[in-house]
Amino acid sequence: MSDFIQHLINGIAAGTIYALVALGYTMVYGVLKLINFAHGDVMMVGTYLGYATAFQLGRAARTSLWGVLLIFLAAMAACALMGFVIERFAYRPLRDKPRLTALITAIGISFALSYGFQLDFGPLPGAAPRAFPEVIQPVEWLVIGDREVVVWNWQVISLLIAGLLMVSLQYLVFRTRFGRAMRAVSFDHRVAGLMGIPTDRVIAVTFMLGSALAAGAGILYAIKDTAVQPLMGLYIGLKAFVAAVVGGIGHVPGAMVGALLLGLIEEFVVGYTASSWREAVAFGVLILVLLVKPEGLFGRPAAEKV
Amino acid sequence: MRRNLTVGSILLAAVLAAGCEKKTSTETPAGSGGTPTTGTPAAGAAAPAAGDVILIGEVGSLTGAQATFGISTRNGVELAINEINAEGGVKGKKIAVRVYDDQSKPEEAANAATRLITQDKVKLIIGEVASTNSIAMAHKAQPAKVSMISPSSTNENVTKIGDYIFRVCFIDPFQGFVMAKFAKEHLKTTRAAVLRDTKSDYSQGLSEVFIRKYTEMGGKIVATESFAQGDTDFRSQLTAIRSAKPEAIYVPGYYNDVGIIARQARELGIKVPLLGGDGWESEKLWELGGSAVVGSYFSNHYSPEDPSPRVQNFIAAYKKAYGGVPDSLAALAYDAARVGLDAMKRAKDDSPEALRDAIAATKDFPGVAGTITLDENRNAIKPAVVVQVGETQSKYVATVTP
Repeated sequence: MSDFIQHLINGIAAGTIYALVALGYTMVYGVLKLINFAHGDVMMVGTYLGYATAFQLGRAARTSLWGVLLIFLAAMAACALMGFVIERFAYRPLRDKPRLTALITAIGISFALSYGFQLDFGPLPGAAPRAFPEVIQPVEWLVIGDREVVVWNWQVISLLIAGLLMVSLQYLVFRTRFGRAMRAVSFDHRVAGLMGIPTDRVIAVTFMLGSALAAGAGILYAIKDTAVQPLMGLYIGLKAFVAAVVGGIGHVPGAMVGALLLGLIEEFVVGYTASSWREAVAFGVLILVLLVKPEGLFGRPAAEKV
Repeated sequence: MRRNLTVGSILLAAVLAAGCEKKTSTETPAGSGGTPTTGTPAAGAAAPAAGDVILIGEVGSLTGAQATFGISTRNGVELAINEINAEGGVKGKKIAVRVYDDQSKPEEAANAATRLITQDKVKLIIGEVASTNSIAMAHKAQPAKVSMISPSSTNENVTKIGDYIFRVCFIDPFQGFVMAKFAKEHLKTTRAAVLRDTKSDYSQGLSEVFIRKYTEMGGKIVATESFAQGDTDFRSQLTAIRSAKPEAIYVPGYYNDVGIIARQARELGIKVPLLGGDGWESEKLWELGGSAVVGSYFSNHYSPEDPSPRVQNFIAAYKKAYGGVPDSLAALAYDAARVGLDAMKRAKDDSPEALRDAIAATKDFPGVAGTITLDENRNAIKPAVVVQVGETQSKYVATVTP
């Protein structure tokens, strides 16, 4: 039983990170119908920015509340800027070209970032993994029995931060003027433009939001798994993308549910069957979900526009 | 589903492979004096004096997940070549090395080997560290009749690929045996768990032998879990291992994974020592693992604490050239280059067969990481050391002989 609870905690922790990354995929797909494959690598860059900020702050400052906030805000702001630049110079010129062109550009950016960050000069990080500094002093928050279940303070804090970010996003999309514009662009960006909605600006801000969330996810991930390396984004990005599709791509709460589901399935497969089956079973279940509900758990069945 | 594979299958199809292939190549000139002056200049004035220089090739992981392996290896090879050139080279010719980066990926290692063979026309290839990559390269070198010496790939299958493939280190069955014996007799454990990397031939090989030998010696394997290199969350496997209550956990992975595994194991309240192989050898182990790795043990090729002058001279020369104490991989790379060039000196002519036979005849060669004699399967026979991870460096604990 205690193992079950430990697995549950591990699975939720993993799923929360997938969720924050999945939100970025789903938002960009929602407004542009573009699968932004560079998203995972934006997360990687965000993590390195957090790493750099933490080092600039020094040991004492980075573990203070303001230090942690600064690490998150600096990385998220810088990634938002990067999201803006990528959208402006890589995707916007291709918006009226066939969709495949933008997709290939996204893959190109993904590789450029993940391999560019392996170059070893100046401030760039080099290929080897780095230990992420402990920005939250690890303290056991809850211990059951003879350390049969251990919950750490950073697991709780990460969950709260992730929850806060998701709730803010939900509010933004469904309760604000900008969110309404976003949903309109998502529905049909040409018509939205005709109605006087500044589509370029809406799309740019969507990219910035997604990238900022990715940076936040990256830092939470690095706090959890204690290491950063340039290829981390490819792998998490892909899983988050799958989670977004299962939840119904373009659907914000769907992405969260899909991601938590993926995190939990992976965890329990390893815990109760052979660990090498993890991806096989996890993705097998997800394929089953898509067979039964091709539009994803929460997606609306859409008539193909001709 | 792993990052290389998934990105490969889903995305790469759409991308021109050539566009993202990184072509890192560095050439170390013979010695530091540039073009050697001995011998007659080649016919064309502009053409490089190919007759004066023997080019050898090296493939290593200068970037990617195991980057420190490739860098140590490159330094070791470079040091050996500089020394040989300073001593007058091989048969009056200077040695130069061309190094290609394989990004820690087997497919890139195979490409690099092909380039060395067909474009650069090297006589000898040194590489790789990771067994999976060495195997990929060996499949290119063997049919082309180019001798290849792996400094530190310990998987049995590497040299089985053919009679042109050699190594200067011991093999996995031996490493697995060493740690099984150490766990049983030195640590006096009776229950062990295994956590292995399913994506690496090296990890699979060590695990299989460890499990077999440990069981034969009367121990019990209470849990076998696996991961794939590049994973960063091992909590689910470790939670499962924890409930089996082992007295030691054998984790024959690479340092980049092991550091994180150690941290998460301690975080989950697992206190028993972790055991591993030479893949742990890297300064990064401490950076990634912190205090969590302290007290664990791994088998290794050599210990810098060895007082023999051969080892101490090597360490002094290495420190002078690159700073820092050479790890095993640097020592083995140095030995590999030395063995290869020594064989070139002894070879009766320039043919690939002569070089192959000369390497195969290596006997009692005084290497830095132990005296090297190649057996009929082209593997080196030599003892292993077991070291314990300390606060800042590893401490010698025991020597286990074959």
